[in-house]
Amino acid sequence: MRTEFAQAMIALFETRDDLVFITGDLGYLAFERLAAVYGERFVNAGVAEQNAVSLAAGLARAGHLPWVYSTAAFTAFRPYEQIRNNACLHRLPVKLVGNGGGYGFGIMGATHHALEDVGVMRGLPNMRVYVPLVAADVAAVVSMMAKDPLPNYLRLNAPAAVPTALPAFAPWRKLKPGRGAVVVGVGPVVQALYELSAPALLEELEIWSVGTFPLESIPAELAASITTKPHLITIEEHYAACGLGEALSYSLLTSGVVPRALTCLSAAGYPSGRYGSQRWHQEESGLAGPRLKERLEQILNG
Amino acid sequence: MYQKANAGHIGSSLSCAEILVFLRFAWMTNEDVLVLSKGHAAAALYSVLAEAGVLTPEQIDSFYENGTQLPALPPVNAIADIPFATGSLGHGLSLSAGMALGARLSRRDRRYYCVTSDGELDEGSIWEAALFIAHHRLANVVWVIDRNHLQAIGRTEDVLALEPLDAKLRAFGFHVITVDGHDFRSLLAARDECSAFVDASAPVAIIANTHKGNGISYLQDTVDSHYLPMSPAQYAQALDEVTRAFMAANGGDPNAD
Repeated sequence: MRTEFAQAMIALFETRDDLVFITGDLGYLAFERLAAVYGERFVNAGVAEQNAVSLAAGLARAGHLPWVYSTAAFTAFRPYEQIRNNACLHRLPVKLVGNGGGYGFGIMGATHHALEDVGVMRGLPNMRVYVPLVAADVAAVVSMMAKDPLPNYLRLNAPAAVPTALPAFAPWRKLKPGRGAVVVGVGPVVQALYELSAPALLEELEIWSVGTFPLESIPAELAASITTKPHLITIEEHYAACGLGEALSYSLLTSGVVPRALTCLSAAGYPSGRYGSQRWHQEESGLAGPRLKERLEQILNG
Repeated sequence: MYQKANAGHIGSSLSCAEILVFLRFAWMTNEDVLVLSKGHAAAALYSVLAEAGVLTPEQIDSFYENGTQLPALPPVNAIADIPFATGSLGHGLSLSAGMALGARLSRRDRRYYCVTSDGELDEGSIWEAALFIAHHRLANVVWVIDRNHLQAIGRTEDVLALEPLDAKLRAFGFHVITVDGHDFRSLLAARDECSAFVDASAPVAIIANTHKGNGISYLQDTVDSHYLPMSPAQYAQALDEVTRAFMAANGGDPNAD
């Protein structure tokens, strides 16, 4: 989604004059044109994320709309106190962008993965998290973030190619109907459900996509499905702690919507201690491939 | 304020009191912005803002009280002249740099005065900010370091040695001015020297040599002055010493006019 993001930022620059784009020395073969368009409003702050986020807060205080880009792990974790104190507590529109959420950086290894980013961001006051699903979502999300007066975190990843016509980006989207179980997913890992080479299995799944945190009110149609279908499944490329499964469970129970059974599929970390591609890690965690298929068959067959 | 609140951080405030007074009343324009990065000296900042008419006596009286807008360290989005709630150390210089960059992009002529402590220089983010300010030649940032040689529980040179601090700052690209942070004449000379660098490429860092707990004999240059509140007897002694010092300097009754 990095290319789509750069295109969206260039398009946004044509509509407003208060943008400042700060990169933490990343964006090779992606931001060259963006840098040329932004001119003095493109700042490579170097490999110094704490300073970058505070700079952004200062810029926002001075009336600008700053965006801070880095690898998701470096956007979310290194400058966490700066995000909390200087952006969130002060309700300043600092726009944080993390590329390669989840296992997005694959073989780069554990330090470059972000399996806790959504969790730590959604725990902050005044923060809204955006997680696009497909490439076409990125422009819509950038536009929404630019209008949002509060801090945001955008988790980018390789876009999904979901083989269905999708509604425009929204906090909740129904991707397909199904009779056997309800699946609620976040981010491009949802695509794994469509890649199981098991048409009969896919046919059984009613699939929804979450796009933002905190979760918006659960749509009535989804609530009805959750209470009537035998199983609710969540899927996320994120640790279970503070992730979608926990967030949705809280929303459901505080709304009086009780699923008949619940399974939360999430990142397992590094159970074998070995490393591979994003897809390899997804499969090891049972978020894609044979293990996901086996798990879904077990659930659907009771 | 500290006596009424039975609060500590007295030494930290006395260390930078003259610096804040000078910046606010003898250097800054109405457009300029002050960032007290060493937020634990908030009482000194509140006092200066009260003298400037920004804070009311009632607000000052509420210091440390339940329901106050003036907690021990600066509040969030509550006082127009306090742009950020500092207190977690190492943030203010980056925040000043961000606002200064914003002013440059908006073609606004205003300066950002950032007062850090010296213990605060242990924080890596300070040096990230220093690199950035020097690289981008943000001459609209004036960085004042309250160099009292004491941090929370020890001397700076015993905890993490900073010296030679002036050489370090020069190596980063700053024009370094060293002053007596309790002497207005020395601060005035720094202001004049700094003015000569308005259009120059090097941002200015001022090392203000100070004493923690300055002017009060039982507090001065002690680690205790960071933490301990005043007993009634100590408060009376402090008032007496400050009054005598004022009279010695001015040759008369401090309340005469």
